[in-house]
Amino acid sequence: MWTIYKKEIRSFLSSLIAYMVMLVFLGATGLFMWVIKGNSVFDLGLASMQVMFEMAPFIFIFLISAITMRSFSEEKRLGTLETLTTRPVSDLGIILGKYFAGVSLLLISLLPTLVYYYSLSKLGQTEGNLDTGAMWGSYFGLVMLGMAYTAMGVFSSAITDNQIVALISSMALGFFFYVVLGMMGDISVLDAIGKSLEWFSLQYHYDSMSRGVLDTRDILYMLSFSALFIGCTKIVFESRKW
Amino acid sequence: MTKIYGIQKAVNNISFEIEPSEIVGFMGPNGAGKSTTMKMLTCYIPPTSGEAKVCGLDVSDQSIQVRKHVGYLPEHNPLYLDMYVKEYLAFAAGLGGVKNVNERVDEVIALTHLGKEKHKKIGQLSRGYRQRVGLAQAIIHDPDVLILDEPTSGLDPNQVMEIRDLIKNLGSNKTIMLSTHIMQEVEAICSRVIIIDKGVIVADDKLENLRNRSEGKWLVRVQFASVVSGDELKKIQGLLELTALGNNTWRLAGDNMQFRQAVSQFALSSNLEVTELVSEKDSMESIFRQLTGHVDNL
Repeated sequence: MWTIYKKEIRSFLSSLIAYMVMLVFLGATGLFMWVIKGNSVFDLGLASMQVMFEMAPFIFIFLISAITMRSFSEEKRLGTLETLTTRPVSDLGIILGKYFAGVSLLLISLLPTLVYYYSLSKLGQTEGNLDTGAMWGSYFGLVMLGMAYTAMGVFSSAITDNQIVALISSMALGFFFYVVLGMMGDISVLDAIGKSLEWFSLQYHYDSMSRGVLDTRDILYMLSFSALFIGCTKIVFESRKW
Repeated sequence: MTKIYGIQKAVNNISFEIEPSEIVGFMGPNGAGKSTTMKMLTCYIPPTSGEAKVCGLDVSDQSIQVRKHVGYLPEHNPLYLDMYVKEYLAFAAGLGGVKNVNERVDEVIALTHLGKEKHKKIGQLSRGYRQRVGLAQAIIHDPDVLILDEPTSGLDPNQVMEIRDLIKNLGSNKTIMLSTHIMQEVEAICSRVIIIDKGVIVADDKLENLRNRSEGKWLVRVQFASVVSGDELKKIQGLLELTALGNNTWRLAGDNMQFRQAVSQFALSSNLEVTELVSEKDSMESIFRQLTGHVDNL
């Protein structure tokens, strides 16, 4: 598994995609946080990273899909899946290797945003006066959310040998589970059903973590969400044997 | 074992056994089920029914164990084109559970004569070198069994010779099964040949035995400048059969090695001008054609 993990990280870093993803992510969050009028820290006058954490899930839908779209589709297209799966490695090992490589890249691209945190704490009226708890909670939630997205991305990549199809289906899944299900509670016609549907959305649990409250239910939800999609990937992956 | 894709039987109840350190040629026309059989042996796809064992290990139940003992070069030799040769081999070694990765990579590079190309990207290599990389990744974990699916297809004659030599060298202590549809290849490196057609084994024998099947028949194709009747040709010494191919061309079968000389002698003595006289000694080719259903009426 770690051999695959290392190879994936390497090929990410030697391709343009990784750098573009990081650039776009940092560029977008940076813009929303510091520059764009109306939302920026200076306009709000609050030492809070709320803006970034509100935007990040949407940016992630695109970016993580772009990271994971290659993982299996490229191997299928090249035919290297055949050499890979005839090595003494389990199917789950291959999937997890690719999955964790995606998650690591996500962490790496989140890392520079810690600079925002530092700047904010310096900028505060009383230096260092920042809701640290909420911020770490948000970071944790964002990582969890990213892991869920990565699992969806890997799954989407496994169902096709076309990167574009993988990209689009992964974005569609992300949109559905974050945005569409997240809106269900606001639709009055659906009433109670809508509320319970909302509970299944990624947004519901992400928001709850963003408040800085780490509820085991939210963590459990996020982890089982990832596990579910990794399981689905394994099923798709093994379908060659049917 | 049998493999069924939907309603199509790709491999139908075939059964064979290969002795340790044998080099077996696996032949058959396109679509005969060669690759499918190999994919089953390498645990890429499971057989629909029946069982396959490699080194005494079952491909379905002890798949991971089997894979440790098998080196596989798939058809078309898929490689990561944007990886460096060394990098890729190190990756393959890591997956194969090799302990001293760097050492083993250098060893394999030397073995496959990739020294000059080891710092290049695989995408920059010519087909011959890519094929070597494919072979290198197949032997990197020092497997007991090598399964090579058309290792020389698409190469130029020099490269073909090099790859064959490589395989031969490797074969000294490994069991090798290679698929091909080139007769000369089998004659050059294999000790035994299995021929399958439409998913069924039609021949499985030592090369010599197979060759002997057409023993007692030497084929000569001859073209005369003018019309010659079949009756006249029957005067040729040692003639067994004759077939008219049209345009004054005949295929003659004789009963001895000197049959070609006999034909030319006959032409001389009966004052016939010969425009072409070829001995069709490639008997393997005709055996193959007979066995796989494209029979020429000899």
